[in-house]
Amino acid sequence: MLNNQGRPTAPKKLGAHEGKTFSGHRGLLMEEALIFETGRIDATGVDLDEPAAFTPRLGTLAREEEIGLPGLSEPETMRHYVRLSQKNYAIDSGLYPLGSCTMKHNPRLNESMARLPGFADIHPLQPQSTVQGALALIEELAGWLMALTNMEAVAMSPKAGAHGEYCGMAAIKAAIEAKGEGATRRVVLVPESAHGTNPATAAAIGFEVRSVPAGEDGNVHPQAVRALMGPDVAGIMLTNPNTCGLFERQIVEIAQIIHEGGGYFYCDGANFNAIVGKVRPGDLGIDAMHINLHKTFSTPHGGGGPGSGPVVLSSRLAPFAPVPFVRRNGDHLALVEDKVGTQALGRLTAFHGQMGMFVRALSYILSHGADGLKQASEDAVLNANYVRARLADLMSLPFGNRPCMHEVLFDDTWLKDTGVTTLDFAKAMIDEGYHPMTMYFPLVVHGAMLIEPTESESLASLELFIMTLRDLAMSALRGETARFEGAPFLAPRKRLDETRAARAPVLRWTKPEPIVDAQAAE
Amino acid sequence: MRYLPLTDLDRSDMLARIGVGHIDDLFADVPSPLLLKQPLDLPRRKGEIDVARALGRLASRNVAASSAPFFVGAGAYKHHVPATVDHLVQRSEFLTSYTPYQPEISQGTLQYLFEFQTQVALLTGMDVANASMYDGSTGTAEAVLMAHRVTRRNKAVLSGGLHPHYAEVVRTQSHLAGDDVVTLDADVSASEDILSQIDATTSCVVVQTPDFFGNPRDLCAIAEKCHANGALLIAVFTEVVSLGALKSPGAMGADIVVGEGQSIGNALNFGGPYVGLFATRTKYVRQMPGRLCGETLDAEGRRGFVLTLSTREQHIRRDKATSNICTNSGLCALAFTIHLSLLGEAGLKRLARINHANAVKLADMLAGVKGVEVLNTSFFNEFTIRVAGQAAQIVEKLATKNILGGVPVSRLLPGKGCDDLIVLANTEVNTDEDRAALVAALKEVL
Repeated sequence: MLNNQGRPTAPKKLGAHEGKTFSGHRGLLMEEALIFETGRIDATGVDLDEPAAFTPRLGTLAREEEIGLPGLSEPETMRHYVRLSQKNYAIDSGLYPLGSCTMKHNPRLNESMARLPGFADIHPLQPQSTVQGALALIEELAGWLMALTNMEAVAMSPKAGAHGEYCGMAAIKAAIEAKGEGATRRVVLVPESAHGTNPATAAAIGFEVRSVPAGEDGNVHPQAVRALMGPDVAGIMLTNPNTCGLFERQIVEIAQIIHEGGGYFYCDGANFNAIVGKVRPGDLGIDAMHINLHKTFSTPHGGGGPGSGPVVLSSRLAPFAPVPFVRRNGDHLALVEDKVGTQALGRLTAFHGQMGMFVRALSYILSHGADGLKQASEDAVLNANYVRARLADLMSLPFGNRPCMHEVLFDDTWLKDTGVTTLDFAKAMIDEGYHPMTMYFPLVVHGAMLIEPTESESLASLELFIMTLRDLAMSALRGETARFEGAPFLAPRKRLDETRAARAPVLRWTKPEPIVDAQAAE
Repeated sequence: MRYLPLTDLDRSDMLARIGVGHIDDLFADVPSPLLLKQPLDLPRRKGEIDVARALGRLASRNVAASSAPFFVGAGAYKHHVPATVDHLVQRSEFLTSYTPYQPEISQGTLQYLFEFQTQVALLTGMDVANASMYDGSTGTAEAVLMAHRVTRRNKAVLSGGLHPHYAEVVRTQSHLAGDDVVTLDADVSASEDILSQIDATTSCVVVQTPDFFGNPRDLCAIAEKCHANGALLIAVFTEVVSLGALKSPGAMGADIVVGEGQSIGNALNFGGPYVGLFATRTKYVRQMPGRLCGETLDAEGRRGFVLTLSTREQHIRRDKATSNICTNSGLCALAFTIHLSLLGEAGLKRLARINHANAVKLADMLAGVKGVEVLNTSFFNEFTIRVAGQAAQIVEKLATKNILGGVPVSRLLPGKGCDDLIVLANTEVNTDEDRAALVAALKEVL
């Protein structure tokens, strides 16, 4: 309790503080030790009763060695993780303009739906008669994904975007093998602007990657594809809208070239958020596309996952979808889990996919409806174009001041001779309370800055963001490098030494050597 | 629409400021016949009440594990997760952040990943662990690829005790990549001869312990033979709680340890999302898949954490990367590390003892049931029984009595002569009443 009597109630003279504290804390920003430094081997935050005496049946393999795990009581646990959480930027605390990542609002309704015991507390191998509602949910979500993309089928089991790419490319390989062309069609075309997962996926399936150069306008050109197309080509992996934030204007012609040459068209659907309800990928000639439920349909990103990457498939690829899949027999839904008797490419994961993410995605989709989904895409595109229009006079647009999709790409031409780099500029945004945009990606423009505001930002929020970027940009153009060199200054940490981390990796905590008291030793 | 802050007035102001007349002018790059002018003919938006009603209806058509005596395992396990865990993983700063690519404002995620990696390394008896894989099965497939890179060979030998779905994931991947796989026959009694399969062409041997049928496996002799032939031993687990009771795979000579972490911190979720645990020896770290978090210093000399050794990864190395994985299981790894911090060594070991004690009780009760034979001589919290009859039908009949009585092996291994086998799991959530109900029901249906 604080007595209001007899104490100063208004601030007087401002003192000086060097910013250093004894505890290491800085006001509300707490330093936090590792659990290995605070936990104890005999401490626990879970009350469990010791079982009555019994004769173990572990054979000869009972653990005798100590594990070395620290334990924390419940209040210590709570404080540890709350303090850690306070060192993170998050979409709930501010605009998160990471291009290509679609950091949009994560509705909490979705979280509570996913936690219904009927979804969270059911086992993947309990009798199918006891999970008909779960299978119906998968069927309903699959129906939406097929309708939104105008595609024939959807493989639901992939665990994330890259896993979806793997699934789609595996289906392409299976289709090629079914035609007896497995030995000859070994090349996959991948534009230079592609996400790194595209070439990595193609290589993992044993394809050779052939790079497609980007056109001067940021689009992939049919001539470039035609020049590389041949009887050795299995297909193309193309992102649309592409990583420059542009719709591939000649995508239909590209699809035709690929199909006429006997190949398949894989579309990286990472940027689907720009076109949901506006364009159906199936109308463009696509054979397979993964959908990042954790981007487009807002299942939270969770600091790096879990994601979910269902893959929609054309009729040419549908027969090769992996097991398991849901099949309707009248009123009964069945899981097909065995590939025998099907053309399935095999199995990609132990169970049926990311059910927890399916529930969240369907909750999001039902909340929006067809009208809301279309509006969300339009707002995402509108917000990105508003940022473009308001910054085009200061920052350079590599492909001219033309409409973009849901993200706007700047390069670093405008920073030339300022002494400020893309990295400095982005890190200075942190001091202003913003997460940096995606930097140095795509690789096809120099010093890329890719801004994706998403539809979740209000006009007022966008205005403040734009005014902040304008202020930073003018500061850079005036040569005020002090604001940028070494930024951020106000974050929980200054810039971290990544070179040191990679040179002599410390990837886990190890018990420090006991400190030997030199005097006592003598 | 409640999630969209822009109003119609905002929208028209913004279009004017951009200098276009209509939203579709911003979609000018889309070939115009393909641009949809009207919303698709699908249901319109719904408020929270209607969404919750629709999804609640679907949820109510499923039998939740907590609503019935529940003995289903075989790769996913029903455990109690303390309330603290789910509260903390829903903190906005964890739930709604991205992959920690900007370390100055991601130290929360990075520090828990560093702690997670350390916990996984300690549990498995290995030097280093990564920041998670999608799940145990995909982690196992990645381990096989890693072994191929390390040994520059491409033949994997899979134990018949490996979870059949894990084996199928490995076979699918190997077929696509053109690698060889030898799968031993399903092996209920853990008596398979793996040693004779190992030779100078073997890249790796994959052995699960406790195996799919519940038998703890001694890996020492297999490790020795692998190493004499220049092959790697990959040890797999599907029940991570077992590591609190059993000798670690690292102590038995494994080179890569990979498994499912769902049991600690994570709900059943009908199969996902889960969290793959992946650990190995320091000398192989540059061949590992997935993200790694490392300790370093900031410009003021304070300890901090960053993602490191990313030259292995797809966003840097593209088609030369060790894996295509990008998004992993961050939030599930957080749930795992929080739950394990709460348990600590003392709690984990006690939890493991309770699981084992309950399984022993059930095995003893079932041994007295006519028409049931317990096949395991040793086990942790899961074992296999042979029943007089078709296991799949018996499990269905039990379900009609509201008892979820294990997994018929034929569901995962159809046509392999396993039609009379059931794998049963027993954890700390099972009560004496649950076990009595199962035994009574089995007597009725057999």
